[in-house]
Amino acid sequence: MIETEQLTKKYGDLVAVKDLSFKVEEGKIWGLLGPNAAGKTTTMRILTGYLPATAGRASVAGYDVFEQAEAVKQSIGYLPENVPLYPEMTVDSYLGFVAEIKKVPGPKKKEAVNRAVEITGLNSVRRRLIKNISRGFKQRLGIAQALIHNPKVIILDEPTIGLDPAQIVEIRQLIKSFKGEHTVMLSTHILAEVKEVCDGVVIINEGKLMASGSLDELAQSFSQNDGIFLRLDRTDSGIQDLFKQLPEIKKVEVEGSEIRLEWPWGQNLRTPIIKTCLDNNLEIKEMRSVAMNIEELYLRIVSGGMEQ
Amino acid sequence: MKALWSITKKELLSYFTSPIAYVVIAVFTLLSGFFFYSLISWFNMVAIQILQNPYYYQQVNINQMVFAPLFNNLSIVLLLMLPVISMRLFSEEKKMGTEELLLTSPISVTQIILGKYLASLIVLLTMLVLSAIPTILTFIYGNPEPLPYFLGYLGLFLLGAAFLGLGVFWSALTENQIVSAVLTFGTLLLFWVLSWAAYSAQGLWQDVLSYLSFFEHFDNMTRGVFDTSDLSYYLSFAFFGLFLTHSVIQFRRWR
Repeated sequence: MIETEQLTKKYGDLVAVKDLSFKVEEGKIWGLLGPNAAGKTTTMRILTGYLPATAGRASVAGYDVFEQAEAVKQSIGYLPENVPLYPEMTVDSYLGFVAEIKKVPGPKKKEAVNRAVEITGLNSVRRRLIKNISRGFKQRLGIAQALIHNPKVIILDEPTIGLDPAQIVEIRQLIKSFKGEHTVMLSTHILAEVKEVCDGVVIINEGKLMASGSLDELAQSFSQNDGIFLRLDRTDSGIQDLFKQLPEIKKVEVEGSEIRLEWPWGQNLRTPIIKTCLDNNLEIKEMRSVAMNIEELYLRIVSGGMEQ
Repeated sequence: MKALWSITKKELLSYFTSPIAYVVIAVFTLLSGFFFYSLISWFNMVAIQILQNPYYYQQVNINQMVFAPLFNNLSIVLLLMLPVISMRLFSEEKKMGTEELLLTSPISVTQIILGKYLASLIVLLTMLVLSAIPTILTFIYGNPEPLPYFLGYLGLFLLGAAFLGLGVFWSALTENQIVSAVLTFGTLLLFWVLSWAAYSAQGLWQDVLSYLSFFEHFDNMTRGVFDTSDLSYYLSFAFFGLFLTHSVIQFRRWR
């Protein structure tokens, strides 16, 4: 649905994006991840047709971004980093205006506005001036304008920045609800967000692609072992020995109150581990995957320069 | 075309939900009312004195004694006030980040520019129509010649349209509204004083400079002389401003 090939953007001598190639499948939510000034916003601006690229190709919804700009713009909903709002308009009149410039046909305009308001939960502020609504509502309104023309692709630049925790949860729920119906690409540097919302990531640093793929794929390619953290009601040395007896186990380590268990990819020792716990009357307080530790993965990819 | 009109409607909404349009229109109407009042009072006084001497009777002409100076005054007021109308057109979009919304929508840059320009022309038209109301009364109580009167207003509109075309260009160059207004104002003044430079220049230069000056063309119209070269001067001036705006917006993205 979104595809780039050798995409490069230079601002004078500064290379913002360099030879970036990636692919996002239809109906998936994909995260564009990277430190500040990695080129995330520039990439998104090129995809939305706001900026031309210096070299390379990009296509969105089957249209070439540079050759068929209007068709691309028609199939994209875009929330820039600074939510583009007119403070002196009401929520309703703003959405009506966006529907018009996104070429929603006249008779369907009202329906489109109602739908966007409904999805983003803006009903209570519809007739208020934008300058008088809260930050959270402004962010929702920004998302509402991005989906007003029911685009195939939605591009969100840091959609949860500056929101309070409750609002962040709400916006993430909202984005997750787009899955299947829209293809979503969102940029962020909040790793928890990626873990919660995204099917996969494109990680860039200094304009270059560091890694891309689903979270599981990445975890597999960057660590040799799969594994879990286990927190039990007891942690004595005898317990470690219990797990060491399991076939295929590679590593048994106590880290604080948790035990870290690892085994090679392709095996699944979760069931045997649980069985061991039950057989030995050990109560499992918590159990989570080691491989999904995205912070670790991210730091290894970005700082270690482990190009794929 | 529909998208263009959406932009115009949105611009008009922001003009009339902020104090800018009201203040500009009110001050312009007030000044024009004041000029008209003092000119017509003076005209009245002179007319009464002159009419006692039938020899001068032919020389009492309301078009020349009231309207021509009124239009000249108003043209200067427009020069001072229209930069305030044009200054926000693109500067504000840039500052608010809404330019990104417009430029990623499936509408052309030309439509955006024309939509905004049209909105500023509507504000200009409102200013002129409101300021014309008291002057219409002279047609009820007297008999001015209609042609120079209408050409005068047409001239003011064309002059204003050219000012706004230049203003749109400057507003596309900066995100600071004050800078945009000052640059517009400065350029307009420069084109105004070109006619002064024309007096001291010679030969071809004199022709070129006086052709370029706003007010040489305007004088013709207030005298009731309609020349298509004046019309084409104003239209090409406005067009040139809009064309440069288009280039600036495209250039900034391609740079």
